[in-house]
Amino acid sequence: MTELILTPNIDDPDGFYAELIAAHDGLDDDESAALNARLILILANHVGDRNVLSQALHAAAPAPAS
Amino acid sequence: MADMPEPPLYPYAPPRDLGAPAPLRYPVVVVGAGPVGLALALDLGLQGQPVLVLDDHEGPGDGSRAICFSKRSLEIADRYGCAAGMLDKGVVWKRGKVFHRDREIYEFDLLPESGHRCPAFVNLQQPDFERFMVARIRQAQRDGAPIELRGRNRVEAAAPDAGGADLTVATPDGSYRLRADWLVACDGARSSLRGMLGLDFEGRVFRDSFLIADIRMTGPFPAERRFWFDPWFRSGASALMHKQPDDVWRIDFQIGWNVDRAEELKEDNVRRRLDAMLGEDARYDLLWTSIYTFQCRRMRRFRHGRVFFAGDSAHQVSPFGARGCNSGIQDAENLGWKLGMVLRGEAPEALLHSYCTERRAAADENIRHSTRSTDFITPKSRTSRLFRDAVLDLAARHPFARPMVNSGRLSQAASYRNGPLTGPDGLPGGPAGARPGAACPDAPLTEGYLLNRLGGGFTLLFLGASPPESMPAGAGAPPLRQVVLGAGDDPSGLVRDRYLGQAASAVYLVRPDQHIGARWPGYDAAAVRGALRLACGMERTE
Repeated sequence: MTELILTPNIDDPDGFYAELIAAHDGLDDDESAALNARLILILANHVGDRNVLSQALHAAAPAPAS
Repeated sequence: MADMPEPPLYPYAPPRDLGAPAPLRYPVVVVGAGPVGLALALDLGLQGQPVLVLDDHEGPGDGSRAICFSKRSLEIADRYGCAAGMLDKGVVWKRGKVFHRDREIYEFDLLPESGHRCPAFVNLQQPDFERFMVARIRQAQRDGAPIELRGRNRVEAAAPDAGGADLTVATPDGSYRLRADWLVACDGARSSLRGMLGLDFEGRVFRDSFLIADIRMTGPFPAERRFWFDPWFRSGASALMHKQPDDVWRIDFQIGWNVDRAEELKEDNVRRRLDAMLGEDARYDLLWTSIYTFQCRRMRRFRHGRVFFAGDSAHQVSPFGARGCNSGIQDAENLGWKLGMVLRGEAPEALLHSYCTERRAAADENIRHSTRSTDFITPKSRTSRLFRDAVLDLAARHPFARPMVNSGRLSQAASYRNGPLTGPDGLPGGPAGARPGAACPDAPLTEGYLLNRLGGGFTLLFLGASPPESMPAGAGAPPLRQVVLGAGDDPSGLVRDRYLGQAASAVYLVRPDQHIGARWPGYDAAAVRGALRLACGMERTE
């Protein structure tokens, strides 16, 4: 079974982050939320592996209250 | 609340110009005796080039107070002969910790490798840094270095022309005029020279302000950089804590854009924020407080004819990343050797164009990093904050998010890889860290360190390669020193790791600022001559 990658895996993380934030420039909150939804679906399709996607959904779940 | 005033570092004395029948002429005039101006004075003076420094105070001013001096700044200071005291007094740190609310989410080590004379950073009060530099200038003056440092000499007017600039300088005894062949503005973010010349300064202003306090206390905190996002003690939207020498701590709170500065700076209000962080029973003295806002911006050009801008006068960044003062010191050393060579007639004036090209690229890199850090620390939109908080949340649980946590990307030496003076990489298998353009990585030798051995001036470094019987100094090319190292000089193998990599031998051309100009597997007279001419601005590359 393929494991979800949770260790650093992006070259130039600062550059990616800046591009991600810049993609939202000029959008209102609803438009930003819609952009995020489209982005998640695109990335999910790229990942493809159904099991990895389930692991990702689990990893992204809110942290239990401490 | 402040410490006792120190005696003036460079007390005013009536300059000889006041009685002169006509304006005296000076080859190089530096305006501003902060770390940048002092570094440039040392660079030029130690080359034997006369330099006059004018400052409107008699010692460290009340303005900016850098505390984090980078490895590269220390290496430069070491070449000037004033790093020993800084290394001795400064607080060495290389660990940073990032907290979100009350949780530690991330920890980093800035210099995971050993074998460098200078650590990644030392924390030192800027006035102390300046004191060490002035002490070195005094020593150099006694040894005959033609450096002159004038306190309470304020430039009132500047009129540049094609051959230099006429200055009007005010002193307690009246004004005088002088003629400068070359003028360097190291007069800080609010550069009056930049204003007098009506030059641009463009970029982004960040809508937030930071309360900054230096306090003295003996506390249980270790010598590491600590940064809090949304700190549990609620003294600001973020907080930063840094140790300085003499039990002094630097603390920064992000307090928002629309604040009543006078109100916030009242001692009771400053103490309320500090007490929340340190505990009600914490005992400390407030030494210095200030509120700052910041910009990320630069001039379009750092050279305007015979006038140069260096340090904050040319470019400004946010403080996160320690990229202000440290980049200014690199400006000074980049300009120092070039100006010296042009003044001695060893290089054409064209060499000076590269000051702007190389240092503007470095400024852009600093601005890029600094802007990204600032956008992370003070998110500019709801979506930006949402992502920021998601990164912080995930970083506590998953390592992948940690590289995205950005509380400041700390200053490293600039590389001039794409600069006009840098030759192609001619060493197959050579390590990336020593590519042409990079600052020479340090390494321990059997005796001392490599950077000390390289010194200043142009140097050819031979590693497992034979130097020629004689090195022909080509038409107009400057003198070239040789440093020959073999396996016996490299007990740790770190010279090999950092300079040879997969290669069996190498020859490096090293510039006077200890940046690498070119490298090859062996000595080739024509190639060396070509690279040397390129590095001296004798070849047109545009």
